[in-house]
Amino acid sequence: MTRPLINVPARAKRGQVIEIKTLISHVMETGFRHSSIGVLLPRDIITEFVCTYGGEEIFRADFYPAISANPFITFHTVATQSGTLTFTWTGDNGFSVTEQASITVE
Amino acid sequence: MTSAVLRFGCVVTMLGIGTLACAAEIPQSERRSGYEMMSPETKAMQDDDTANPATLWVLEGETIWNTKAAGGKSCADCHGEATASMKGVAARYPAFDATRNQPIDLEQRINICRSDRQNATPLPYESRELLALTAFVARRSRGMPIEQSDPRMQPAIASGRALFEGRQGQLNLSCAQCHDDNWGKQLAGSVIPQAHPTGYPIYRLEWQNLGSLQRRLRNCVFGLRAETYPLGAPETVALEAFLMWRARGLLMDAPAVRP
Repeated sequence: MTRPLINVPARAKRGQVIEIKTLISHVMETGFRHSSIGVLLPRDIITEFVCTYGGEEIFRADFYPAISANPFITFHTVATQSGTLTFTWTGDNGFSVTEQASITVE
Repeated sequence: MTSAVLRFGCVVTMLGIGTLACAAEIPQSERRSGYEMMSPETKAMQDDDTANPATLWVLEGETIWNTKAAGGKSCADCHGEATASMKGVAARYPAFDATRNQPIDLEQRINICRSDRQNATPLPYESRELLALTAFVARRSRGMPIEQSDPRMQPAIASGRALFEGRQGQLNLSCAQCHDDNWGKQLAGSVIPQAHPTGYPIYRLEWQNLGSLQRRLRNCVFGLRAETYPLGAPETVALEAFLMWRARGLLMDAPAVRP
């Protein structure tokens, strides 16, 4: 599986509103579909996404079966300090991916 | 599947009212890539690499490109840096393979390389690995004009044209009746494009997945309630060749996002 794509501006002014975009590869199998031979395909989705900025949680989302495959999440935050943003996706079957991005605030 | 059947039910109604005009080729000046007919939101998704889901496959393709296959050779061992060596390659496929004396598409080229040069097993059609490699190679042709000028391709282009213009299936429709005669009009909720394969492999939102031109063609043929050709069949390669010839000069935008 490929690593998630994270788009965080490398530099920002203090107090500036920045846009953060993330894209991750995942089938997001709903648990409601049947295979071509009639077997129910078990649910396999991401259930939670959390973003922390300098250790503080700034964004959280719960995911449900109606979310599309390869979920794309975009949100805004205020650039307060230079530091690391940590993104964590967790889901069914022990799915867990963590990715980091750093930002310099002037 | 249901939506495809419903949609093509609409085709019949639409064409029934409009009476069946003769297939007329689209003049060069009026040819438009499918990209131009998309909503601003879908265009934005395609243009931003971090929003275009096909980027996930491109990155995976890059990894495969540099990884040694079971036979001990990677793509990079022969072709080196893909930015230079693969530039414009996807824009001129399908191409004529002299050793096999037949036209082959990009997926087949990759698999021939795998079996002949890498001593590795060919990748199945529509497998994640093959789509990833194709997307990685096709990305290197973005912005380049489609070219289909090899005279050895002429027989394939001619038979592709016959397939495109011939009526088929229970609906007794030809590709040309939608894509030459009625492009720009609505088919259910969607605009009928001119069917120029500028962006394959595409991330189709309806599929929630990446898919090849072969898969897309099977979709259309299935919608006509005709029997689909197997993946990789010479007929489908011929149709691909004709579509690329028909789209000659248009700019590649692979890997594209399409509704």
